[in-house]
Amino acid sequence: MSAILPPAERLWWKHPLDRVEGTWIVIAFIWCMVMFFMMVFWHVYGKQNLSTETYKTTPDMFTTKAQAMVDKYTVRTETDKNIPVVHPPVGSDVYLVARLWDWWPILELEKNKTYKLHLTSMDYNHGFSLQPSNINIQVVPGYEHVIKVTPNESGTFSIVCNEFCGINHHSMVGRLYVK
Amino acid sequence: MNAMNTAVNTTYRTCPRSGLQFESQAEKLMIVNAVTAVVALLVGGILAIGVVLTRWPAVHWLAADTFYMVLTAHGIDMLIFWIIFFEVAVLYFCSSTLLRCRIATPRIAWLAFGLMLIGAVVNNVAVFQGGSSVMMTSYVPMMAAPSFYLGLILFAVGALIACFVFFGTLVIAKREKTYEGSVPLVTFGAITAAIIAVFTITSGAIILIPTFLMSVGLVKEVDPLIYRTIWWAFGHSSQQINVAAHISIWYAVAAIAFGAKPMSERVSRGAFLLYILFLQLASAHHLLADPGISTEWKVVNTSYFMYFAVLASMIHGLTIPGAIEVAQRAKGYNKGLFEWLRKAPWGNPVFSGMFISLIGFGFLGGISGVMMGTEQLNLLIHNTIYVPGHFHATVVVGTTLSFMALTYFLIPVLFRREMILPGLAKLQPYLFGFSMYFFCLVMMGAGTLGISRRHWDMAFSGAALAYEWPGAAYLMMGLVGIGGVVAIVGGALYIVITVGSILFGKKLDQGVVSPRFTPVSRAAPTAAAQTYGSAGFVAPGTFVLAMFFLVSFVLYYFINWKYLGQLWGLA
Repeated sequence: MSAILPPAERLWWKHPLDRVEGTWIVIAFIWCMVMFFMMVFWHVYGKQNLSTETYKTTPDMFTTKAQAMVDKYTVRTETDKNIPVVHPPVGSDVYLVARLWDWWPILELEKNKTYKLHLTSMDYNHGFSLQPSNINIQVVPGYEHVIKVTPNESGTFSIVCNEFCGINHHSMVGRLYVK
Repeated sequence: MNAMNTAVNTTYRTCPRSGLQFESQAEKLMIVNAVTAVVALLVGGILAIGVVLTRWPAVHWLAADTFYMVLTAHGIDMLIFWIIFFEVAVLYFCSSTLLRCRIATPRIAWLAFGLMLIGAVVNNVAVFQGGSSVMMTSYVPMMAAPSFYLGLILFAVGALIACFVFFGTLVIAKREKTYEGSVPLVTFGAITAAIIAVFTITSGAIILIPTFLMSVGLVKEVDPLIYRTIWWAFGHSSQQINVAAHISIWYAVAAIAFGAKPMSERVSRGAFLLYILFLQLASAHHLLADPGISTEWKVVNTSYFMYFAVLASMIHGLTIPGAIEVAQRAKGYNKGLFEWLRKAPWGNPVFSGMFISLIGFGFLGGISGVMMGTEQLNLLIHNTIYVPGHFHATVVVGTTLSFMALTYFLIPVLFRREMILPGLAKLQPYLFGFSMYFFCLVMMGAGTLGISRRHWDMAFSGAALAYEWPGAAYLMMGLVGIGGVVAIVGGALYIVITVGSILFGKKLDQGVVSPRFTPVSRAAPTAAAQTYGSAGFVAPGTFVLAMFFLVSFVLYYFINWKYLGQLWGLA
């Protein structure tokens, strides 16, 4: 019972290691290095890297910018709540507001075109979860996160809130079209 | 020195079943902390029924407000109160019992217990009053009642004091020469856990105290992103205390059930040192999908500084079964690669619980944890139910099941009772462990399909623009419900067996009581210890298992990169 007794050899750090352990440590270490460099590699060669461009913002500042976009580029409204559907120019700054309990407005983007998507929350933390693609990004109040997105498939997408934000959290679903 | 020693009025009991020596104050403290832990587990387990039966789409039992309240309490009672009360008992065991030393400042240790108990009760009352359904993470600016934070702060102060009682006991043992040379490996692991605990609890205090002041109106604002960053230094690091603690327990069980020696003290202790240096960085995993944090910071931290802590876990994952294999082979179970494993005492819940825990922690918890902790891959699963799938594999299969296995050892040794229902006790680790494996796997499956965690209704009732999940997602969540119910039955069996044994089990002989401690002797240097480093593998079966683990790990890791590569371009 020696793992629960003081070691027999006083100098335990001189205790030799067996070949099983030595071999495994080398293999495991190489694998750890592969995993480490994989993240760096993907930053250079991969196409899915989350941007870190972020600005401090306030609900008023962000709403003003989002409202300007909606006023300029709304093409129609949907549902009996008249949610505006916005078709912004390719390459432009696109604003998406997360608030209790909806995503506003509905965006309409073009396939294989790049947009600068600005995300923030008006109140609590929210979670941007694009379905069925399954891209998940945290939305934190007070911070405007700018992400370059390039949709690679057309269709109707939903934005589910996946950060708990209160009693109607489950009803916080938005929509996004890719033409 | 001796005068001081005799001035301490205490007695030491030598357990006739294990040879372990319990000091009377330490023994009472261990009992009271472990029993309180099991009460927290009971409360958390009852709450689990509400969580599981609500997320099972066909049942969808509780109303939304009750569900979020129950989920908040389930998280806190299980992750914080059950585990940390039990860990305090483990710390006292690893210091006072293994070093055969009186516990330092028993009155202060009782104070620590009192603070933890009051904190736990105050926090639970706050949650059940209904105004604090903020989840365990309590992200600002969503606010709970002041007593919610106050309860957590009191609990944390108590736990911190308990850590210092542990350190003090180590000092006494050294000074009164209750052991020679270095502390045992298991105590070394407990020291690792306690060091990480000090870091963790301090982080918790740094962020929860201003949040408490905000809740009573004395502080105007706590920045939401800074809150998340520091809260996770508490929230995730507390899981690293668990890792260090349950790995220590695995080593202890290997020693108790097989008389196994560590393959190499240097390797195992070195791996614990890597935990102290790098494990805390894992908290960064929770911030991978956050704005405002640089890529370099994410890459360095989420790789636990180039995966040195993952390396440490992979080392423990090999050395523990390796030590068992060496011990079994020495007993003559030498045929083929796996006779040592086939002939292991599978009917002894102390061993079966520990081994099911080890395999599940590695394959399910470890691999999924590294995948989701990879900076870019995190986009695939952030805040989905994959995350609870992962941490039920680490915290429930890893930590909770290890604690259960240890309890089966402690019932006759510490509680001096014969275990009731031994047949059910044999079954319990299998029922609980395997249903938890299944539960975790289907949760991860549902998460891969995008299902959110902490979400009351996957049908989005009342939403203007509802989304329709694919049928497979509903199937997975139904299976989560079934697996969860079976796991709850397995957990209930544990509580029936342990509480029943303590209340109704046959009383066992307490053994010789002496006013003096008997110093602990060193492990005898055996022939096996001196043949280490010889040509050839001493544990070939374990090596094959480890290679199987590695292949699964590599495949799963790259499958996820392939999946990521198909997503929308993000830059």
